[in-house]
Amino acid sequence: MSDCLRLCTAASCRSRGALALLENSDRPVKEVGCLGPCSEGPLAAMGDQLLSLQPAENETVGPTLEAALARSRQISAEDPFLKLQRRLVLARCGVVDPGCIDDALAQGAYQQLQAVLAADDPSAVIETVRRSGLRGRGGAGYPTGLKWATVAAMPGARKAVVCNADEGDPGAFMDRTLMEGDPHTLLEGIAIAAFAVGAKQGYIYVRAEYPLAIERLRTAIAAAEAHGWLGKAISGSRFSFAIELRVGAGAYVCGEETALIHSIEGRRGVPRPRPPYPAEHGVFGLPTLINNVETFGNIPALLQLGVEAYGAGTKVFSLTGHVQRSGVLEVPMGTPLRTIVETMGGGAAPGRSIKAVQTGGPSGGCVPASALDTPVDYDSLKALGTIMGSGGMVVLDDTTNMVDLAAFFIAFSREESCGKCIPCRSGTVQLEMLLRKLLERRGSAADLSQLESLCHTVADASLCGLGQSAPKPVLSTLRHFRSDYLELLQPAEVAR
Amino acid sequence: MSVCTLRINERDVAVPTGTTLLEAARQASIPIPTLCFLEGLSAVAACRLCLVEVSGADGHAEPRLLAACVTAAAEGMRVQTHTPRLQEIRRTVVELLFTEGNHVCAICVANGHCELQNMAVDVGMDHSRLPYRFPEQSVDLSHAQFGLDHNRCILCTRCVRVCDEVEGAHVWDVGWRGEHCQIISGLGEPWGAVEACTHCGKCVDVCPTGALFHKADTSEEKHSHPERLQTLVHARTHQEWSP
Amino acid sequence: MAEIYPELEPVLQRHGHQPDGLIEVLNRAQQLYDQLSPPLLRHVARQLHLPFSRVQGTASFYHLFRFAPPARHSCLVCTGTACHVQGAAQLLAELKAAPLDELGVELGSVRCIGTCSGAPLVVVDGAVWNHVEAGAVLKRLQELE
Repeated sequence: MSDCLRLCTAASCRSRGALALLENSDRPVKEVGCLGPCSEGPLAAMGDQLLSLQPAENETVGPTLEAALARSRQISAEDPFLKLQRRLVLARCGVVDPGCIDDALAQGAYQQLQAVLAADDPSAVIETVRRSGLRGRGGAGYPTGLKWATVAAMPGARKAVVCNADEGDPGAFMDRTLMEGDPHTLLEGIAIAAFAVGAKQGYIYVRAEYPLAIERLRTAIAAAEAHGWLGKAISGSRFSFAIELRVGAGAYVCGEETALIHSIEGRRGVPRPRPPYPAEHGVFGLPTLINNVETFGNIPALLQLGVEAYGAGTKVFSLTGHVQRSGVLEVPMGTPLRTIVETMGGGAAPGRSIKAVQTGGPSGGCVPASALDTPVDYDSLKALGTIMGSGGMVVLDDTTNMVDLAAFFIAFSREESCGKCIPCRSGTVQLEMLLRKLLERRGSAADLSQLESLCHTVADASLCGLGQSAPKPVLSTLRHFRSDYLELLQPAEVAR
Repeated sequence: MSVCTLRINERDVAVPTGTTLLEAARQASIPIPTLCFLEGLSAVAACRLCLVEVSGADGHAEPRLLAACVTAAAEGMRVQTHTPRLQEIRRTVVELLFTEGNHVCAICVANGHCELQNMAVDVGMDHSRLPYRFPEQSVDLSHAQFGLDHNRCILCTRCVRVCDEVEGAHVWDVGWRGEHCQIISGLGEPWGAVEACTHCGKCVDVCPTGALFHKADTSEEKHSHPERLQTLVHARTHQEWSP
Repeated sequence: MAEIYPELEPVLQRHGHQPDGLIEVLNRAQQLYDQLSPPLLRHVARQLHLPFSRVQGTASFYHLFRFAPPARHSCLVCTGTACHVQGAAQLLAELKAAPLDELGVELGSVRCIGTCSGAPLVVVDGAVWNHVEAGAVLKRLQELE
């Protein structure tokens, strides 16, 4: 099977005709997940060779796979997009058939779980995670080992593990990539975590907008159960663990951990104040470990490599927007932003220049072009007024109006607000009204001042992360692109 | 039961560990504004008016903003209840409440006895720096004895909680999301059509504004009765009555 | 006369007729019946032993649940960040102005389906159409049956 042609049939390549090619082929083809540069899709691979099957402009793809291959373009292994990646979480993505557990097993799936169960030392696993310095990849960056230790230390025989697969940030599809491309890595990571903290029940909460990921996960869970990697007495040990899939129904706020818990409990996805934290009182009142898909996805690689070789780890990013090449990539933590956006992504289109890079979705902010040499890590990005976020990275060129972008994000937060607390429910509406007023050139300096102070109130007084972060895109663009705002003010006002 | 000592506004206070900051402040005669909180119902920390600035024992870290109604007192806490930052937040919250509804005090049943009105006075809000939105809201007069005017509702959810936790009928809940949130009865149907309603009037008793009212009341005649709730809850919990 | 919905039995049983299964049941119900009608919601409330207002409150919270029958076709414009900076707002405005009702097409928006390299895009009856502009979308919608 290793010489077989691999064809990506994840969501993006699917939308570019990959399934039709699969059906119109004489040769054996293996379906795989994301191979990386989605904008060049449909993508295929043969051994180490990556092929773009994208037709020339105004031509259609295929119609047969053979015809597409005849006109294909090779993407060299020296291409920075490929060469500068360090694929730990996505190691098997694009290599294994995500619908076939035998393929995953042949490539090493569940070996780490087996080793962990054989050693039968949960605290050793937690210690490894702690020493690695792994931080939550969902956006908040909370130390993972500490979280695991907290849940493990909770009294009681019943605990739960929840995987947050509600990847709601627009422009972010790292988690989708892993779930569609190599679901067993995720399941293995969750199972190891469950063993470490003492949980027998797990939930994966996945957003409804990812039907292929849902399908892949269902298949994978059933296959893992049939092969004894989930369920009772896994690998002959005393550890039993079952995973239930829960599908969302269109609410970004359900990415917030307490809202997610309420959704699993069949309620409105409304957050509640913390403390108590889910580690103490989570789903159905049980001590609960909640981590993001990518965080769990790191675990098998971390255990296999060991803390030293794992080093600072990696981060998966989805690169989109005004960039020549967009797709999914996994790079060593601390890689400069410029490397990702220009060297790997090819920078802006000809005749255009990069104005800013947006990270962290509606909860994040912008990195201006002048700061592109910033290394991508939690603290450096925070210092600039943005966040690492879940990994969505949107490149914005000089045609972008930053005030319009701020209004876009506020409109998003307004629409997704759960409505429980006044600062968010009502504050986001007033913030959007102010931004629209400015965009329509009816705004004054007083409005700008009001915008800023209301931003701080909403950020300070909101109950949950959604409201607390909603003003970030506004504050970030005010900080780095104030001239875009001043330019919109009525003429008499522009004296400062 | 252990006791802990904390500082609230430079005053030392000793309370049983686990007492909320709101209760601890009340015991120390320090008033913290609230709207959604009501003694006898679960606390939800929705209105954000009771936010206080809390620092740990070391006093070095940046103070955190925590809702007093749900935060437990802990040994060595230093709490500030009326800093300029908190006052600005409270003022803005009241402005947001007034501008997101249609609160016309002059003709309202609760005029003069309204917790929202009183709060505006407390936080010094006599005008709004933010524009009024004038949303289209409806009035439900289908019930034989009571009415619900959504224009005056501040979504404090006391009605939802009292009907669920004390009466046990769960007539009310919150429907929709964000700015479209609305108190709903039954399947989003007229109140009068909801068979689960026992006509007990508890929701009217606990409503802080003129949103829920007795149809027999006209302007300025509504008086809410939160103390009735507290008497009930006390009787149920402690089997003690004060008739 | 209360209606019965036999096709819902499996999902109800899988969750033991417990309240926490509400969203899974509603998801399945919408798959089966295309919308959540009042009789259906009352049935679900009774099966899960929940008050009506709780079921209504929960169902109305989530964007993907619908309470009216769908049109023959659905066209969702993606309004995620990458699509927004590549003209999604303009696309949505142009499609809104078009007489889509006559084509039996219901227009809506979705906040990012995660295939951003195809921006701007629309999702028509579950299929993704990449790199679109309004005119081309309308032409292809007219060809739908």
